[in-house]
Amino acid sequence: MIKALIITGFGINCETEMAAAYQLAGAQPTIVHINDIFDGSCNILEYDIINFPGGFSYGDDLGSGKVMANKLKYKLLPNKRTLLDELKEFIANENFILGICNGFQFLVRLGLVPNTQLTFTQEATLAQNDSGIFEDRWVYCKVNPQAHSPFLKGIDIIPVPVRHGEGKLILAPQLSDKILQNNLHALTYCDATGQPAKDYPANPNGSAFQIAGLSDTTRQVLGLMPHPEAFLSLYNHPNWAQLKNNNPNSREEGLGLQIFKNIVNHIKTKQKKWISSK
Amino acid sequence: MLPTIQICKADSFKDVRGAILRKQADQQLGINTGKIKPTKVFAINYPLTEKAVTAFANECLKDVITDQVFINHFLEDSQYQSFIAIAKLPGVTDDEGISAQMALADFTNTQIDLNTQHIFSQEIFYIENYLSENQLQTIAKKLMGNPLIHHISVFSLAQKKSALRNLYIPFVELKVDQTTQHIDLNIPNEALLQLSKDMILALNLEEMQAIKNYFNRADIITHRAAQNLDARPTDCELEILAQTWSEHCKHKEFSAIVHFENLDTGQTKTINSIFKTFIKGATDIVQKNLQSNDNQWLIKVFSDNAGVVQATKDLLFVWKVETHNSPSALDPYGGAITGILGCNRDAMGTGVGGAKLFFNTNVLCFGPPNYSKDLLTGQLHPKQIMEGVIKGIEDGGNKSGIPTVNGAILFDDRYAGKPLVYCGTGGLMPNQYAGKDAWKKPIDTGDFIVIAGGRVGKDGIHGATFSSVELDEHSPQSAVQIGSPITQKKLADFMTKAAESGLLKSSTDNGAGGLSSSVGELAETTNGAIVHLEKVPLKYAGLKPWEIFISESQERMTLVVEPQKVGDLFRLAQKMEVEVSHIGVFTNSGFLDVRFDNQCIAYIDMDFLHNGVPQKKMMAEWKTPETNTHYSDQLNSLDLNKITQQLLADYNIRSREQVIRQYDHEVQGKSIIKPLMGQGRAPQDAAVLRFDFDSYEGIAVSNGINPKFSHLDPYQMSCGAFDEGIRQIISVGGQLPNTQKNDGIFWSVNDNFCVPDSAYDPISNPDGKSKLGQLILMAEGLYDMSTFFDIPLTSGKDSMKNDFKADGIKISIPPTILYSMTAKIPDIRKTVTSDFKQAGDLIYQLGETYDELGGSALFQILKIDAGMAPKVQKKKAKQLYLAIMEANKHGLIASSHDLSDGGLLVALAESAMDAQLGAHIDLDHLGDYPSPILLFSESHSRFVVSIRPAHQAQFEQILGNRAHLIGQVTNQPELIIQSNNQVLIRQELGQLMNAWTTPF
Repeated sequence: MIKALIITGFGINCETEMAAAYQLAGAQPTIVHINDIFDGSCNILEYDIINFPGGFSYGDDLGSGKVMANKLKYKLLPNKRTLLDELKEFIANENFILGICNGFQFLVRLGLVPNTQLTFTQEATLAQNDSGIFEDRWVYCKVNPQAHSPFLKGIDIIPVPVRHGEGKLILAPQLSDKILQNNLHALTYCDATGQPAKDYPANPNGSAFQIAGLSDTTRQVLGLMPHPEAFLSLYNHPNWAQLKNNNPNSREEGLGLQIFKNIVNHIKTKQKKWISSK
Repeated sequence: MLPTIQICKADSFKDVRGAILRKQADQQLGINTGKIKPTKVFAINYPLTEKAVTAFANECLKDVITDQVFINHFLEDSQYQSFIAIAKLPGVTDDEGISAQMALADFTNTQIDLNTQHIFSQEIFYIENYLSENQLQTIAKKLMGNPLIHHISVFSLAQKKSALRNLYIPFVELKVDQTTQHIDLNIPNEALLQLSKDMILALNLEEMQAIKNYFNRADIITHRAAQNLDARPTDCELEILAQTWSEHCKHKEFSAIVHFENLDTGQTKTINSIFKTFIKGATDIVQKNLQSNDNQWLIKVFSDNAGVVQATKDLLFVWKVETHNSPSALDPYGGAITGILGCNRDAMGTGVGGAKLFFNTNVLCFGPPNYSKDLLTGQLHPKQIMEGVIKGIEDGGNKSGIPTVNGAILFDDRYAGKPLVYCGTGGLMPNQYAGKDAWKKPIDTGDFIVIAGGRVGKDGIHGATFSSVELDEHSPQSAVQIGSPITQKKLADFMTKAAESGLLKSSTDNGAGGLSSSVGELAETTNGAIVHLEKVPLKYAGLKPWEIFISESQERMTLVVEPQKVGDLFRLAQKMEVEVSHIGVFTNSGFLDVRFDNQCIAYIDMDFLHNGVPQKKMMAEWKTPETNTHYSDQLNSLDLNKITQQLLADYNIRSREQVIRQYDHEVQGKSIIKPLMGQGRAPQDAAVLRFDFDSYEGIAVSNGINPKFSHLDPYQMSCGAFDEGIRQIISVGGQLPNTQKNDGIFWSVNDNFCVPDSAYDPISNPDGKSKLGQLILMAEGLYDMSTFFDIPLTSGKDSMKNDFKADGIKISIPPTILYSMTAKIPDIRKTVTSDFKQAGDLIYQLGETYDELGGSALFQILKIDAGMAPKVQKKKAKQLYLAIMEANKHGLIASSHDLSDGGLLVALAESAMDAQLGAHIDLDHLGDYPSPILLFSESHSRFVVSIRPAHQAQFEQILGNRAHLIGQVTNQPELIIQSNNQVLIRQELGQLMNAWTTPF
């Protein structure tokens, strides 16, 4: 069974639906308070994928995800390493990390994405939306097939809700070329037909290059602002009633679930290969 | 001077906040500020070297991509001429400062006492243009802060150096005073009343006399002497009694004996408690009706912080709605956020406690945003109130991870003094925690009293007594509190975990009256408690013992813990970084025994504390107002296209999208019918959520409110609001309760009465009797509707003094009642949304239209003060609802929208606009009334539905003559309404959408 670790505590608040996503995708989710890691009672290296869900960690008081990123970077575990050190090892072991919304915000601040230099330094930031307000709205996102993200395989356009006040991606100078060349922009905001979302509200925050989600160069880490875990069922979609009325045989599964199925299947396949190669 | 860190965005990055402030100053205040640059300043009162401060600033506070940072000096930029600094006042919640402390502790890997404030945050705004002190003060107070909670200073470039050198830091400086006073009550009546006033006890003469007599009782003197207390009560004892007996906690007016005279008939009657007679009375009857039909879902009503019903075979549903009006009038943001967080704690503190918070609702009543009358002393502009309240609801819900799924916003001049802020929270508990029933609240002698959450400060002292007096220009500042959603989120997570682990025996929240109320109420179960106040952790030294006991500092719960479980509970709390303290024990002594450093400072008989308050006596009367029915001429020559545009842009009708989007309505992933559906803008009648991911069972949530009818007919206003709540749930596919044996269709309703001062006084409140008369008619409406439909009230609240008085003027709200309804949805996949689905579908009006334009949106636009309020025809309504349920059982209805503000026309427009499907409507089948009545009357119990043509025969057979075929959904993007072969209204959907989406 694929083991998915879901981190919670201190204002993270999307852990339940994240766990449901992995359950429905056939994995075994475990929700763990972050202090269970810091006191040594949970060892992250025992998991296949680590998930940082959305929420308002520490109220986003010093900037979204800032205090949590700081904790992962500096607070020492009983073994005198930081959690960032452990995450580096986790990635080196070819495991996977997913951060959504607030989770994406602290992956960016920790330097886990885009991590173009493999130095784990912050290269981008998620700033206040151009609208100046928190917004809950459904948008379309386009998958960049060249990104080869194992999370996004087989998906082209996906409708998903965004729910944030700070989702505008700003890249460090000179970084954009690297991102685009390496196809780290795995997910971008688009319109219903897949054309790039130039304007608000299709691009809900004014993000550079309409970027909604970033991969790291290993493709093992994905961070994204939208919430696929809030679209596990057709009945989460705002227009489900019309979709179902006009097509009574619509699938009851939500398109967001595919992301979780993808990564679970990817890990399964990888593990099978690994076992058979032994 | 303390070390400071200043952070701001580098000029090369867009500063959204500054741009918004600049625009607001220009548009709302007419002040041209030029560029505004917000900066944040952290002052550090903790021993750190300059190097360490610099490292902390660069690593933990600054965003490496966008920010500039200045250590121990400030941004110098000669383009800025004026400055505003906004700091918190001493003791006001400073979440950013606290979060910075946590970051510092993690960064340095040291133990920092996180409960003492070492880092103080504030904002300094750099403003391009030279502005006068007055202009700066105006900007500061209207857009940036509130003098009740913020320290505001403004300065010019010339003053900048000295102002920043002497930067204000909100240290709390209090002389430590732990003394307890004794107060002599054997004084004349006038002096007793004066004492009540001076101490802000809000007790009347009769109540003061009851207290005086109690302390003069020989047995009480003996008991107290044994505790080394002299015969005079202590300040703590008087404060405890005042809190416990406050209108807020004891609902004295709802429990009063009322002498009621009907001036129409001359009949008189005596009502012994409005609450017991009408509200509890109704639920008692409903409970009997339910039980006789083997419907056993009504678990707990009125006796706990929230009502409890059986939701599914494994889950209990907890539901509470209450108001936070007075604080929101003073500090809109703080009032609203403490309102919603307080309501959350009610749900969290029901039964054993630890309910998972499932959704929030909010219903808000404001003065109109374009209110143009002069503001009275202390009165905030309705637009400022609205913006602050909405931000408070946003942060309270979003930061707690609770979806805000349903609500309403109403505008009326009469809410310009006091807004109404109704906050609701639904929660879920398992049937049992560790083998014990979750809804019960057991407490035994010897159980420990443990408090959990935030620390105690001076904030909120006298909150309970304060909300029971009218606001005036001298309202005390300590009445304002700021909620900290992140502190409460930690507490909520802890409560859930503690309950699931079987470590909690019971719990309750700390709201009005603080510990004195929470401990006092819990102690009723065992008949006594001892509390040691020196064990209560404080935000800062200096509080008097009585202040500790009644402080209303937020984010605190009181827990009942068995002694053998205290160790495990404390370990869990430490892991989750929630402060817990063991402060006492429950006893069966018959007394509430409060100590400080082991010296007794209050010793009150439990029976007297809870039952000693004299029953209030009040007078009420009612005379039906004359109805003016002469308006038919004014309906003849209306420009219906113009009225359509006006109606859709009306404050009470236009789209709420801009507000709704600021609330997260789908966190937790269980929201099914959300406030905006279809292509993203279609408004819905009720929210629907599923309970869990592995089943399609769920719940519908609605709110019924229509104060615009209260001056015409308070009884029908109340019935109409009740009907609105029901029909919204029927509209989305809900079912009436108790129609079959053991059908599991629970309903749980909270009633919230908000009325102006209804206590008659010949000088200060000469129309008090008729105001109380209105209230009684509203309560009769509640009783009649609840018992007719077998829909129980499970919890609720009354707010009795909704008047704003200043400068010799009183602004009173219209009598308002909100029914917040929830009902079981057996299968959320079968629910129905309001937007049209397909061209060719047939459109019906269900239910009858009457000549009921009184109070309608049309008459408000036309300024016609005439007409009847709509009447609820209960029997017809029920027959219709049963028929709709039958149609939904067969999946016949494609869209359904209830008719309310603006009547048929607005419902049609709302069903069409977002779907981009037009409608062609013919009014000829709706009866003989003139078209304006058919289009705009607001008769209750009606719907616009659309169905597939293939379903026509079956649908009409089920609905019979209750369904009126009025037209068809079309592919043409326009709404056409005709009558007698004449087109009355022709509007393109785009035109309608433009009017309807007019911004606030």
